Formats: sequence, structure tokens, C-alpha cells
Amino acid sequence: MGRLLTYSDKNTWIHRLCGVTKMVFFILWSIVGMITYDTRILLFMFVSSLLLFAMSKTEYHQVATVLKVILFFLLINVVAIFFFSPYQGTKIYGTRSDLLHLAGYYTFTKEQLFYELNIILKYFTVIPVALMFIVTTNPSEFAASLSKLGVKYSIGYSIAIALRYIPDIQKNFQEIKTAQEARGIDMSKNVKLIPRIKNIIAIIFPLIFSSLERIDTISNAMELRGFGKHKKRTWYSERAFQLSDYITIAFILLFSILAMVITFYDGSRFYNPFIILSFIL
Amino acid sequence: MKKEIIQFTDFTFKYRTQKRPTLKNINLTIYEGEKVLIVGPSGSGKSTLVHCINGLIPNSYEGEIEGSVLIGDKNPAKAGIFGISQVVGTVMQDTDSQFIGLTVGEDIAFAMENDCVPQDNMKDTVKKCASLVGVDSLLEHAPSALSGGQKQRVAIAGIMTNDADILLFDEPLANLDPATGKYAIELIDEIHHTTNKTIVIIEHRLEDVLHRPVDRIVVIGDGTILADTTPDELLSLSTLKENGIREPLYIAAIKYAGAIIKPNDHPSDIHSINLQYNKDKVKSWYQSIEKTEPAMDTEELLSIQNLTFSYEEEEPVLSDISFSIQKGEMISIVGRNGAGKTTLSKLICGFIRPKAGTITYKGVDMAGESIAQRAEKIGLVMQNPNQMISKPMIFDEVALGLRTRGYEESAVKEKVEHALTVCGLYPFRNWPISALSFGQKKRVTIASILVLEPEILILDEPTAGQDFKHYTEIMKFLEGLNKELGITIIMITHDMHLMLEYTNHTIVISAGTLLANDRPAKILTTPKIVEEANLKVTSLYYLAEACQITDTTGFAESFIQYDRKVNQ
Repeated sequence: MGRLLTYSDKNTWIHRLCGVTKMVFFILWSIVGMITYDTRILLFMFVSSLLLFAMSKTEYHQVATVLKVILFFLLINVVAIFFFSPYQGTKIYGTRSDLLHLAGYYTFTKEQLFYELNIILKYFTVIPVALMFIVTTNPSEFAASLSKLGVKYSIGYSIAIALRYIPDIQKNFQEIKTAQEARGIDMSKNVKLIPRIKNIIAIIFPLIFSSLERIDTISNAMELRGFGKHKKRTWYSERAFQLSDYITIAFILLFSILAMVITFYDGSRFYNPFIILSFIL
Repeated sequence: MKKEIIQFTDFTFKYRTQKRPTLKNINLTIYEGEKVLIVGPSGSGKSTLVHCINGLIPNSYEGEIEGSVLIGDKNPAKAGIFGISQVVGTVMQDTDSQFIGLTVGEDIAFAMENDCVPQDNMKDTVKKCASLVGVDSLLEHAPSALSGGQKQRVAIAGIMTNDADILLFDEPLANLDPATGKYAIELIDEIHHTTNKTIVIIEHRLEDVLHRPVDRIVVIGDGTILADTTPDELLSLSTLKENGIREPLYIAAIKYAGAIIKPNDHPSDIHSINLQYNKDKVKSWYQSIEKTEPAMDTEELLSIQNLTFSYEEEEPVLSDISFSIQKGEMISIVGRNGAGKTTLSKLICGFIRPKAGTITYKGVDMAGESIAQRAEKIGLVMQNPNQMISKPMIFDEVALGLRTRGYEESAVKEKVEHALTVCGLYPFRNWPISALSFGQKKRVTIASILVLEPEILILDEPTAGQDFKHYTEIMKFLEGLNKELGITIIMITHDMHLMLEYTNHTIVISAGTLLANDRPAKILTTPKIVEEANLKVTSLYYLAEACQITDTTGFAESFIQYDRKVNQ
């Protein structure tokens, strides 16, 4: 039973960073990744996010399922762009070099290929960082960080406790699945997709009910131990800002500014190899 | 003169959603430093009383209050939950779901975090409280990775941090195996001695709590206090039995023998009870019971040979298990938490596949059969009915297994109605499941398995969390299925009364191996097995010893036989 997308306690410098640092990094990194179409910057970000991912010692199985889902949506996204606007690339880069005529309105151009490659690259600059943020950040420490930033602690705590219960819900799901299988409700791959989905829905109902039961107990337990007593609270797992946090934040700020400057230097978000090429030729 | 710390005066409480009061005219005083046990059947108002002490009533559960209650010097309605939590620390029944922190250390610190204690002080206090209950080496662990006993220790450490004067234990034994339960009672006693705090324990397993002395026992029934006296006094009376609370087995045996128990014989402790006048009576009572050997069918139904299982590359969870089950048996599988009992049941049902060994059903190897095929022979009922119920209406829930198998609706109706009748649920067939009690829900889940007409029923902890009355109800029902329909019943349990009273064959699993395969009375009177499997020697064994009866197993069996005849 793999635990998906939950915090795992490993001792790398990324794990030791404050939650706030990682969140600031993640947000700025994503914003840059979303704004820029500068292929050079995207390539740099892609390579560095893979490096960071490796440094965090995150294993593939920790994120495999989520990754597959994201890749599935990426595929839909890429196909849909071509389907609805096959000449977006030509429009952006101002040239048109046909590669392959498909049918009727649809021709595959170098510009479109380049444009969509950029989109895929954008996904891949953000995905590793996002996944890593989740599996390397201790939920409680993250809640503590949020409250340091001025977010109400009840909100931060709700997020933390939701993250904290992901493995419990997964375990519960497995147990319920087992019970239903015993009654002959097959959820294995032997069953066709539609009845299989129907059978899986049969699990959701008991899952909700046992979770509600659980919520009642936990909220009583929290109240009995004084949660919500004061406007503020202290945090056992709070981490003080360290040198590495300052360095990381300085780096991401600097990088964001630099990336924006490079991106908008020529007045367009798009890095255009076609004009440069035609200029040279 | 001792100071009062909990004081109910003419106290009546009615939940807003209910017509009649749950607690009626309660007068109860508990003094500083006392250790008090509160017993009572489910629905007696026991849990309501707990909520009145820790302030959940009237702050979280609304209702009408008459009379007064003082906790410490505070009125819960005015002080609020937070005010009361300074005075009362509660260890809840289900330690598993009351953990909030991600690590043990964080969970222990939770109350201090809410009190804005600075981090440095907090870390010191956590260390101090953790070492007090012996979990200081586990601070970095996730609570969910601990054993049942360790979890309870963590929960206790968590309420020790704010130095509350009263420690309230709500059914501390509910989820523990017998030996771990024994340690829990010893730990509570130790805390009582070292800190001199006031201890209130709510529990229906009287005999297990009395493993260590308590100052007073309060018996609650139907919202009123039925008795409030010393354990020695209470055990001499018949209050317990009359109100559906199980007496300690040795007390029941002495009473069956026609002997009179006097408070100054010190009956609350089996090891120091004075039997001088009663010894001979017990002895002659034992000799007067005619032993009837139950006739056993010898048709082999399920045979397990050299079964071994492990997850991936890890150490085997089960190794080389062999035993066989005869048709019509009632069997208990026991052993400490994590011994491999649940794994065994999963192997039998086919959810997981063995590394080695075979499981044969009526002489045919089941290795090639799917889960669904096996489900028609062997049904599994899980501990928590909420984990099984997936339809809002009773009829649909029971029909689910048949409908997925593609039965005609007319056949479904006939089979479902039959299963509901067997389970005593026919009158409720058109009810929503949400209207049922816990025990009734349990029956719905059993009906939904029975409808597939299995010959073997495996139940995981069928009576967990049930009081004596509901326990008896469920067990009588299962016994009926066994006797009348000839269904073989396998129960995974921690409850030694259940094992002794209702099963004729016990399989003990310890650390993944088969430790014993024998009659339950034999197992519970063999200290070596008992110790290895985290069980507890039955008090009947000590009584037999004290009365110089050499056949301790025979004594335990005779007692059960007599007890069942009396209670029929």
C-alpha cells in the first residue's frame, strides 16, 4: 500500500527549510513559469527543478499516481490546443513553416510544434516543485509558518490536519474496499470500466460516514485540549528562519526579477527563434 | 477533612433532542485524591456523566440542566470547556482517533500550544511527561505507528502536561488486548500513587479494572445512581447482576456455590480474598456439576496447511500455520495486536495470496478461486459496521451482493427477506439504516453477508465496545446461526469471556506462528501460553487453585457450563 503524496520525514536541506520559505519559493516559481514563454528560462527552470527533486530524495512511487493524472491532463491540454487553434504558434511567432498537412483546416507547423513544446515545458517546470513542496513540508510546521505570515491559525491548522489525515483516509478506503470485495463487489481490473466505477462509488458512501464519525471525535478531542482558547497559539514544531532560508528567498527573488527582465526585454513574453533564424539566413 | 473536587447536587440533565432526561437527580461527591470507578450498561447515562465532568455538557451538547454541578470550584456552564480543561484531563475511549499531532511529541504538546506556552518550555514539559509514562524514546514517531498500549500512554502524557487535578478515563480498556489492558490499569494506578491526582475511570469491564484497587465504585443505571460504595461492599451485594453488569467470574462462581460473601473477606481481589469459610462449598459445588462433553461433528470443512505470508521482501507476517476447522464449530482466533490474526482472515478470504502453503475447503484447494467465488463460501464481517454499509436503505444494503451477481429481482426479494427474518430485522426492512442502533447495524452487515449463503462466517471483534447486555444479544444471535443453520463461525477477538463462553476451539497466534490450538478453558488456564499471547489468566484458575482444585481447566469449563444453564 503506497502512501501517496504525504509528508515523509527525510533529512535533506530541502526538508530542513521553513514551510514559509518553500511556499514563497513555490509561488514565485510557479508565477514565473506561468508568465514566461522564454524557452531559455523554461529550460533552465526545468533542469533545476529536476535537480531539486533529486536533492529532496523524493521517490517516484510517492508521487506516481498524481503524476500520471497530471500527465493525462497535459495530454488533453496539448491536443485541445491544436484542435481549437492549430495556428496559434504562427500567430505568435509571425512566420509559418509547414511540416505536415493533416486534413482540411489542419496543418502542423514548426511554430505550433515549438509553441506546444513550450507549454509542455511549463508544466514540467512546475510539477516537480509542486509535488516536492507537498512531500517535503511537515504539515504542522507549515501551519506554524502560515500563522507567522499572519494567516489565522484555525485556517492553517485545518490545512495541516487535512494533510495529516490523507494516509488515514487511504487506509480506511483500503479496509472498506476489502469488505466490499468480500461481498463479491469486484473492483479489480477484471471488471469493465463502467461497472468498476459504479462499484468504486459503493465505497464512497461508507467512507464518508466513517469519516464523519471520525470528525466528531477529533473535534471533541481538540476542544477538550483547549483548541481555539486564545487568539494566538504557539507551535511545537515551529522552525526558526535560518541562513539557508534567507539564501533561498534571496535566490528566488533575484531569479524572478532576472527572469522577468529577460522575458520582457524585447517587449514580448515569447522567445522567438524563428525571427532570429530568418534574420541569420 | 478531604476536600470535594466533583460535586453533583440534585443534578438532572436532558439533551435538547430528547424527550426525557438522561441523568436524573444525581447526587455524587468525589473527593480530592480519590480513585473512583463508574460502571453501568450502555445507555445508562455513563457517557453523559463523563461529558458533564469534562464540560462538553453543556458547552458542546446543549440541553436543560436542573440542580448544580461543581468541578473543582467551577461551574462548567460558566467556565466553558477551556476553563474545565484546566481541571479535568480526559483520555477518550478511542485513543486512535483522538490523536491530533503528526508526531508523538507534537501530540503531547497540543494543549500547551493552545495555551501559548513558549516553545522551549513546551519541549521540556513534553520530555518530562513522556518519561513519566515511558514514551520518551518515541517522541519522533507517528502516533498511528504505535501499539495500542503505547497509544494510550501517549494520550495520558498529553493530559498530564497542564497538570489538571482530575484525570478522566473513558473506557480505557475498550481497544486493548487483555495483557495490555492489565498494564494500562497498572499505569493508571502508578500515576495515582505518584501524583495523587483524582482519578475517575468509566468502564464496564469491572473485573479488569479491579486488577488494581479503587476506592469506590459508582453504579449507574437508567440515569440514576444505584450504588456508591466500596468494591468489597458492592461485590457482596447483588446490585451488579440485577443491573446487567457482569460480576467478576470468581465472584459469580462463589455465589453459584451458595456461599455468602462478606465485605471483610476482601472479595475485590482474587489474590487476597478470604475463602476460609467458602472453600469447601466451592469444591463440593464443582464436584456436583455433571460434565457433558459436547458432541462434535467431525466433517472437516476448512484445512490450512503450512501457510506462510509476507509483504514484499519483509519478514514473514505468518509462518508455517497449520490447523483445520470442523463443520459447525465456533472458533476463536486470539493473540496480541499485530500478531497476524487479521492477515490470516484476509488469506482465508483471498484478499491476499499466501507465499507458501494451501487452504482447502471441503478437500478442494481454493488457490484458483477469486475473492467473489470465495465470498459465497466464506463471509467476512468487519468490526465497524459503518465500514461496510453502502446503501441508505436496509433492504438495498442486504440485496447488494445478490444484485451484483445478477440475480432476478424476485429471487433477490425472497433471499433478502429470509436473511432479514433470520437476523430479526424483517419488521425494519423498509427503514433507513441511519435509524438503527449500533447492534442493529451490525446485524444488517451480518444479514448482507448471510444472504450469499456462506457456510463459514468470519467476524472481526464482533462485540467490541458493547456492554454485557448487547454482547449477550449479539453472541446469542451468532450462536443461533451456528446451531440452527449449521454455519461455522470464526471470531477474531480480544475478549476472553467471549472465547471462554461461546467458543469450543481456540487458535492462538503469536508473532506469526501458531502457538496453541486447543479448548479455550485449557488455554486460559495455561499461564505459559497466556503470557506469550498477551492474554490474561482467568480468575477462575486462581479460584480453583485457592480451593485446592487441581483440575483448573475442568473447573473453568464446569463454571461456564453451569453459568450458561443458569442464564438461559
